[in-house]
Amino acid sequence: MTMRLVAENLSCERGGRRVFSDLALTLEAGRALAVTGPNGVGKSSLLRVLAGLVQPASGSIRIEDGDPELSAGEHCHYYGHLDALKPALSVLENLDFWTSFLAPGRTGARWQPMTPIEALEALGIDHAGDLPAAYLSAGQRRRLALARLLVVARPVWLLDEPTSALDAASEARLGELMSDHLAAGGMIVAATHQTMPLAEVGTLRLEAPA
Amino acid sequence: MSGWMGALFLRELRLSLRVGGGALIGVLFFLAVITVIPFGVGPDLNLLALIGPAVLWIGALLATLLGLDRLFQADRDDGSLDLMLMAGRPLEVLVLVKCLAHWVGTGLPLVLSAPVLSIFLNLEPLAIGAVALTLLVGTPALTLIGAIGAALTVSLRRGGLLLAVLVVPFSIPVLIFGVSASGAAVTEPTPFLTPFLLLAALTLISAVVGPVAAAMALRFSSD
Repeated sequence: MTMRLVAENLSCERGGRRVFSDLALTLEAGRALAVTGPNGVGKSSLLRVLAGLVQPASGSIRIEDGDPELSAGEHCHYYGHLDALKPALSVLENLDFWTSFLAPGRTGARWQPMTPIEALEALGIDHAGDLPAAYLSAGQRRRLALARLLVVARPVWLLDEPTSALDAASEARLGELMSDHLAAGGMIVAATHQTMPLAEVGTLRLEAPA
Repeated sequence: MSGWMGALFLRELRLSLRVGGGALIGVLFFLAVITVIPFGVGPDLNLLALIGPAVLWIGALLATLLGLDRLFQADRDDGSLDLMLMAGRPLEVLVLVKCLAHWVGTGLPLVLSAPVLSIFLNLEPLAIGAVALTLLVGTPALTLIGAIGAALTVSLRRGGLLLAVLVVPFSIPVLIFGVSASGAAVTEPTPFLTPFLLLAALTLISAVVGPVAAAMALRFSSD
C-alpha cells in the first residue's frame, strides 16, 4: 500500500463566509497537484486546512499508510507567504533551529534529508551562511525558507505561490527539487498561478461560487 | 527528545539578547522605576526601607509585563508560529521552554540587579537577600501567568495593554506573598517561611496551569 493524502467532504469558513464546500481530493505518493483559480477563491485557505492550521467546517483529512502517531498536518511541510525567519539570527542559525525543531515525518530509506549546509548549497545561498538573515534579499529569504523543506523529511509539501520572488534560475532549481521529492515518493500540493515546472501535474481548479 | 527543546531554548535566548530583543529593556525600565522612587518619596530613610521591598516587587512586575506581549506575537508575525503548531512537538512543552528562555533573558537580570538597586531604597543586608530570593522564586510565576495573556492576545494588534489588564489581577497573589515574605524577613514576629512557601507553590502551580492554558489559547489563535 502506498502513502496517500485523502481529503473528503472538506468545507471551510473564514470570518463567517463559506470559502469552499464539499471538496474532495486524493493524492497518491509521487504525484503533484496544482491548485489554481482567481484571487480570493480559497487556494491559500485550502492549503492551511490541509496543514491543520485552520479547522475545516466539515470533512476530514487523513494520510493513509502514514505515521499513526502524527496528525495529517504533521506529515506536511507548509511553505506559505511568510518566511518564518528571524532577522537577528544568521542564515545557518535559522536553518539549524528548524532542523532540530521540526519533527520529521515518516523517514524510510527513500527519504534522505540534507544537512543544513547541503541544503544551502542546493539553493545557492551557502555563501551567506554566517550573514544575519536581515541582510538577505527577498529572493534569498524565500530560498532560505525553502531550505527548511530539504533538511527535514516530510512526505507532503504544501506550497503557497512557491515561485514568488524567485529568479529564473532559482525557479528551475525549485523544479528539480520538486521532481526529486516526487521521485522519492513525496507529494506536493501547490497553490499557483503559473504552470509548475514539473512533468506530470494534476490540476484542481477552484471556482468562485455562483 | 531533548534536542529540539535545547534548540528552541537557545534560539529564544539568542533572540532576546541580540538586536531588537527585549532582554535589556526590562532591566532598564526596572532601573528607571527604582531610581525615581527616592526622589519622589523624599529623603526619609526609614520610610524608604519600609516600602523598599514592595517597590522592588512592583517594579519587577511591571518590567516583566513590558516584554511579554512579544512572547508569541513575534513568532506569529513572521509565520514561525504556524510552523510551531504543525511541528509535531507538544505545544505545552514548547510554551514552557519559551517561558523559561524568556525568564532567563528578562527575569533573571531583574533578580540580579535587585540587590544593587536595593541600596537606593536603604534596605538592610538581610532585607536585600530576602527580596532577591523572593524575586528569584516568584518572577517565573509572573512570566508563566503572563504567557496565558500573551497567548490570548497573540492575534491582536497592540495587545500589550489588554495583556496587562488580563494578567495583573492574576499576578496579585504573587505580589502579595512576595512582598510579605520579603517584609517578614526583617520584621521580627512574623514568619518568613509561610509566605515564602506559598510563593513557591504559586510558581509551581503556574508552571502547570500557564503552559496548558497558553497552549490551548494558541491552538485557537490560528486562522
